[in-house]
Amino acid sequence: MTDVRADAVPGTGSTAASRWTADAMQRRLRRRYAFERGFKLTGLAAICLSILFLAFLLWNMGSQGIGGFTQYQAALPIDFTKSDLFLDPAALRGPDAEQTVANADLSGAISKAATTAYGPEAAEMFSDGATTLLTKEIVRNPSILNGQATLWLPVGGKIDTAAKHQGDAASERIVAALKQKHALRRAFNAQFLKGSDATDPSAVGVWGALKGTFYTILVTILLAFPIGVLASVYLEEFAPKSWLSDAIEVSINNLAAVPSIIFGLLGLAVFLDVMNLPRSAPLVGGMTLALMTFPVIVIAGRNAIKSVPPSIREAALGVGASKLQVTFHHVLPLALPGILTGTIIGVARALGETAPLLLIGMRAFVAAPPNGISDPATVLPVQIFLWSDEVDRSFVEKTSAAIIVLLLFMLLMNGLAIYLRNRFERRW
Amino acid sequence: MSLGLALLAILIVALAAGWLAYSRASRLRPANKLHSLPVYHGAYTALWAAIPALLLLAAWAPLQSGMVDKAVLASPEGRALPAFEMQRESILSEAREIASGERAQGFNPESSTLAPRFREAQSRYAMIGGSVALLVALAAAVLAARRSSPTFRARTGVERWVMIVLFAASLIAILTTLGILLSLMFESLRFFKLYPLHSFVFGLEWSPQTAIRADQAGSSGAFGSIPLLWGTFFIGAIIAMVVAVPLGLMSAIYLTQYAHVRVRAWLKPILEILAGVPTVVYGYFAALTVAPVVRDFGISIGITSASSESALAAGSVMGIMIIPFVSSMADDSIAAVPQAMRDGSLAMGATNSETIRKVLIPAALPGVMGGILLAVSRAIGETMIVVMAAGLAANLTANPFQSVTTVTTQIVGLLTGEQEFNSPKTLAAFALGLALFLITLLLNLIALHIVRRYREQYE
Repeated sequence: MTDVRADAVPGTGSTAASRWTADAMQRRLRRRYAFERGFKLTGLAAICLSILFLAFLLWNMGSQGIGGFTQYQAALPIDFTKSDLFLDPAALRGPDAEQTVANADLSGAISKAATTAYGPEAAEMFSDGATTLLTKEIVRNPSILNGQATLWLPVGGKIDTAAKHQGDAASERIVAALKQKHALRRAFNAQFLKGSDATDPSAVGVWGALKGTFYTILVTILLAFPIGVLASVYLEEFAPKSWLSDAIEVSINNLAAVPSIIFGLLGLAVFLDVMNLPRSAPLVGGMTLALMTFPVIVIAGRNAIKSVPPSIREAALGVGASKLQVTFHHVLPLALPGILTGTIIGVARALGETAPLLLIGMRAFVAAPPNGISDPATVLPVQIFLWSDEVDRSFVEKTSAAIIVLLLFMLLMNGLAIYLRNRFERRW
Repeated sequence: MSLGLALLAILIVALAAGWLAYSRASRLRPANKLHSLPVYHGAYTALWAAIPALLLLAAWAPLQSGMVDKAVLASPEGRALPAFEMQRESILSEAREIASGERAQGFNPESSTLAPRFREAQSRYAMIGGSVALLVALAAAVLAARRSSPTFRARTGVERWVMIVLFAASLIAILTTLGILLSLMFESLRFFKLYPLHSFVFGLEWSPQTAIRADQAGSSGAFGSIPLLWGTFFIGAIIAMVVAVPLGLMSAIYLTQYAHVRVRAWLKPILEILAGVPTVVYGYFAALTVAPVVRDFGISIGITSASSESALAAGSVMGIMIIPFVSSMADDSIAAVPQAMRDGSLAMGATNSETIRKVLIPAALPGVMGGILLAVSRAIGETMIVVMAAGLAANLTANPFQSVTTVTTQIVGLLTGEQEFNSPKTLAAFALGLALFLITLLLNLIALHIVRRYREQYE
């Protein structure tokens, strides 16, 4: 601030108060600068607070969920000669072996062995996953049936919770006993990545939901991307000025702001009730999400097409290309990175969407991964919602672990969009 | 012949016809000056062969399933079916699944005798539809191929088809909007036949449990929407905005006016991550982490009725989710204020904060208000946070520690429980959907109007 002579400013009352060097003026200036600093700090605080919320959210999910990727295993000495398994190792050859073993009472054998090793309270300590694992072990190596073996098997949800945090008294006693015998270890939970939904929290996995998500998003992309690109080309390059074009434009802008749950109602009323498509199927989920995603792609596509300079169109027209050739040979390839960025952002939104899929029945309990777009399936966000509703406390870490998987996918897609934008988008 | 086979046959016919036309035009090329490249001759013939036949097939498929049902019901086995509609439907759908090979055995013994009838009727009608479509494809291919000559404008013909496809793609937007409006209105009309409109709009009580037995007590089946609308407004427009507006606005001011370019390049994408987190994650966070803290806090300050499904927990987490949205809207409106106004204020000796408070914000206010309205519209349409963190009890209360319910929560609740078909409960969900659609539409229109008028002011 340069020194302004007080008498140069007319009509400001007393000369002393308006002179920069005067005490009153200096105090005023200090107050104004203090306010300025305060204001700036408030802004900084606001943004820091928002980022802190984000950090807390991520930390919260991470710290709760990281346990979901591990699983406690306990050593179980089994004496197969004393168990009531009537399995002949010699007969376990060929493709029927797994079925034969699965038909035997393995869970009974496990609980008997557990009782012998750790007392009557431990009868129920192993999970359903332990039975599956034992089946595989026997099929792989039938000769263990002839003698004794010590196997590491995953413990059930209650014991797992007791070992990780705090469980009920009986489970805590078993954990203490196991720890004393060094028969408890923490291992990577491969079942969580390979398995599907189950009633036993220690046997659940995200693979089924991931597969369902894959099929759903595949349908979404296959429908929304071509339709979105074609519609944006039409609206930006060819649409005549008419009430119909206006109506199309208004409805696209409006659809982009319609709450997602309304699309669920539409899917329920049209795809399920009128067209009789299969319930809970990725096909219907994908179609519903495609209707939601394609306005986003159209808006992004129109902006990308609009930013291609007219000189390129004029040059192509000048050498004799038709209007359509100009668009498809020149404008569209140049606009593609922008369209792709918009598409990825739209698809990422569809990937995290839950509400419309709940309404079209994708909340069913699906224990087998889907093998096509018309099989009953669920998707990762819906799976998270379903697990969050479970009463069993050990579902908490599974839910958080599934959230970590979902967030990783979202980060990956958004990162890809940012990379594409920086790498390929041209500014003219 | 199944319809899938017919589809394949049509595609083969189209490809073959296209290839023939292409090679014929290529042979013409050395001697004549062609109007269109040979590839356009090929594409023209292929498109004419494929598109009409495929459209016919697409129209035939739904017709066929109706005709098959009729034929099966008319057969002696079909007439022997029980007259009770639900039982008959379940037998029919089982037989349909057996016929298509989806399952080997039905629960009802009748379905396995009916399955061969289904298979017969299906193959008969698919034969008719498939042959007609294939004939159309062949005829169109021949007609199109006969037109090919050196002067024939094949490219123009292809471009006409492409334009039709482009137009059809854009029509989907209108069809979706119409589909939403019609399906919501149709189901809502059926609801209002069962339940009077004025009691829905002005009713103060919401308890959708209808009596299953006549002597059951306490289940009136009241569908008054006022408590839901209040809950929606309370969570989405009041609590969430109390969190989001100050934080979002101040963040935008700091990012646009104070932050160094490099700091801004880092902070803005981080802030944007908040908007990219799936809502189900926020819902889980709200229900598991925030809600207990809020309840304990409520009890510690002496509110004994503090609920673990409080409006405050859901609303504040929703506010956090909305922050980046408010911030980017405010960012846009502040950036749209002409630089001259800012320079003028600074030149008069005002500090940065004085310029922002006295010049930029008042000038950007309409845009900011429009942005806030859009944020409100997004907040009241948000579903997962409130489904997971807000309750189902329809209280008409302004106490943020108590539980309120919202329109979206009730839609999910009504449509995912055990559904009785055509009961007022399921239909009420569509009436709520219509209300939600109209409210968000209105908010969006007002907001866009404000934003646009304000932009024009400075342009």
